[in-house]
Amino acid sequence: MEPFKTHNGTVVPLDMVSIDTDQIIPKQFLKRVERTGFGQFLFYGWRFLADGSPNPKFILNGPQYKGASVMVTGANFGCGSSREHAPWALEDYGIKAVIAPSFADIFRNNCFQIGLLPVVLPEEHVRTIMARAEEIPGYKVTVDLENKKVTDSQDLDVSFDVDEFRRYCLLNGLDDIGLTLQSEADITTYEAKVGASS
Amino acid sequence: MAPKTMFEKIWDAHVVKGESGKPALLYIDLHLVHEITSAQAFEGLRLAKRKMRRPDLTVAVADHNVPTSDRDKPLQDKIAKKQLEILGENTKEFGIEYYDMMHHSQGIVHVIGPEQGWTLPGKTIVCGDSHTATHGALGALAFGVGTSEVEHVLATQCLVQARPKTMEIRVNGKLPQGLTAKDLVLGIIGQVGIAGGVGHVVEYTGEAIRDLSMEGRMTVCNMTIEFGARAGMVAPDETTFEYVKGRAHAPQGADFDAAVVEWRKLATDPDAVYDTLVEIDASKLEPQVTWGTNPGHVVSVTAKVPEPASFATVDEQSSATRALEYMALKGSTPIVDIKLDRVFIGSCTNSRIEDIRAAAAVAKGKKVSSHVSAMVVPGSFAVKMQAEKEGLDKILTDAGFDWRDAGCSMCLAMNPDVLAPGERCASTSNRNFEGRQGAGGRTHLVSPAMAAAAAIEGHFVDIRKWQYA
Repeated sequence: MEPFKTHNGTVVPLDMVSIDTDQIIPKQFLKRVERTGFGQFLFYGWRFLADGSPNPKFILNGPQYKGASVMVTGANFGCGSSREHAPWALEDYGIKAVIAPSFADIFRNNCFQIGLLPVVLPEEHVRTIMARAEEIPGYKVTVDLENKKVTDSQDLDVSFDVDEFRRYCLLNGLDDIGLTLQSEADITTYEAKVGASS
Repeated sequence: MAPKTMFEKIWDAHVVKGESGKPALLYIDLHLVHEITSAQAFEGLRLAKRKMRRPDLTVAVADHNVPTSDRDKPLQDKIAKKQLEILGENTKEFGIEYYDMMHHSQGIVHVIGPEQGWTLPGKTIVCGDSHTATHGALGALAFGVGTSEVEHVLATQCLVQARPKTMEIRVNGKLPQGLTAKDLVLGIIGQVGIAGGVGHVVEYTGEAIRDLSMEGRMTVCNMTIEFGARAGMVAPDETTFEYVKGRAHAPQGADFDAAVVEWRKLATDPDAVYDTLVEIDASKLEPQVTWGTNPGHVVSVTAKVPEPASFATVDEQSSATRALEYMALKGSTPIVDIKLDRVFIGSCTNSRIEDIRAAAAVAKGKKVSSHVSAMVVPGSFAVKMQAEKEGLDKILTDAGFDWRDAGCSMCLAMNPDVLAPGERCASTSNRNFEGRQGAGGRTHLVSPAMAAAAAIEGHFVDIRKWQYA
């Protein structure tokens, strides 16, 4: 996993609540046996018209959001299916951080696993970022995981909370499984204690 | 000792390593695997040259993309074929019990877990599927994970998890005649909202829950994820023990009796405190139908499609406006006036024997409407066999329903069972998201009896007034 320390990037605003993972990556694209290559199918049903051409009304297709790497969106982002293909698709598309008032639990967990940072900010600050991203061409924010802050070149300077363990893993690009394997003796002791029956 | 909730008892018993306030290393007793979310995890294991820790605590099944007819013929879908072949190879390489689509124990992963006796009270259970919440109906702690966590469990049999909060949903009173667990859980989602359970594990308590069969409890726990809680649980009782007894992989004889003694201790202590309490009056519920594009967009069958302006917040209003546009519905349309093209009875929510019986009871002696195409997809091979033994397949096919082989089918339409754009479907599944049952398809979630009645009448009807043959 690539370490995530700080990231400055263009913000794309997706002003809807409770966007489910079926929208982020529709099921017809789950038929791959690799982790890569899902970005082309991100938000497929919204991003493309029936003939396969880009839907000019969908915000991600706006020329001012080309190369956007931060997404700001409404509450309960990523609800529904546990498919990790959703964060894979966002990450493969080039999104490094998603800012929202809240996230669905499984989606948020999945993001941390792959180094995509879910940032929870109070609704009022999400609104500010959303409005600026809609009005100011090329609007950027800096997501600073070391100092747990989101800032822009104007007056935005807001702190966010993140689980310390997840922050540590992201800052250092650490593999969760590798860390758990360091506790192998504890796992063996646990199994012996409970008899680990099947 | 401080009183504990059932969740706390199971959680604490599975902490391998943990400090207060930090994520715990949690031991997983049962890992269920299917073809869609596992290939990349096995590949990750191989790339990192890691071993699988406990293949004996792992069970795999083909369910998400399998066809529900013509299984003896070669698969048309080349990628589905590849995914199934890879699961077959992975389970062979790592020595995992695997039910392929021709196996007599095959079925939807959340149907076969309890049915084959793998799911037991007190266990921690994970699967790369959000509806893993289903297994909590037996008093297990069961939740869905993503593929990276699937890999984590393959390698370590553990997961690093932050301790969730606890929520009690106390369902008082009795469900009125004609209402089912599906109406109950849709009613709960309507009350708490689709993000009402985020960050929580839910324990369902109260008279209406105690009265439910195991199948009904599974339906309720299954849809817990639809209001954002990762796990739903019901304390094990006589209904649970009766269900588990004699199942293939459950403890047998004296071992079973000894296990029951332990399982009785799982129930929440009388003075234990939950972080959140929600109370529901079951006696006031009516049959439920969703009208929009998430499971919280739900009303009674006697109601009308809501007007977007009737919602309190701007977010809810814009969500409703968008949903009505997608669903091609106008506000204030009576629910019973909504006409249907398709009916799907199946999914990990409602495909167990009790669900098939309910659909057959409604369909007996009747005919499916000429403008509706209706299918029944049993949740497992065993459910299918049982239904055929009872003659339910004959009742359903005589009425004009398609009778299929077991799988996830049109709940998520990864196999050939798909809605065409614009088709409207009454479905016993769990999600009415845009495109869920096929791009452009329109889904209304209902109980099996409501779905069967809608198939026959061609539009929604109030099942409480149904004239049974």
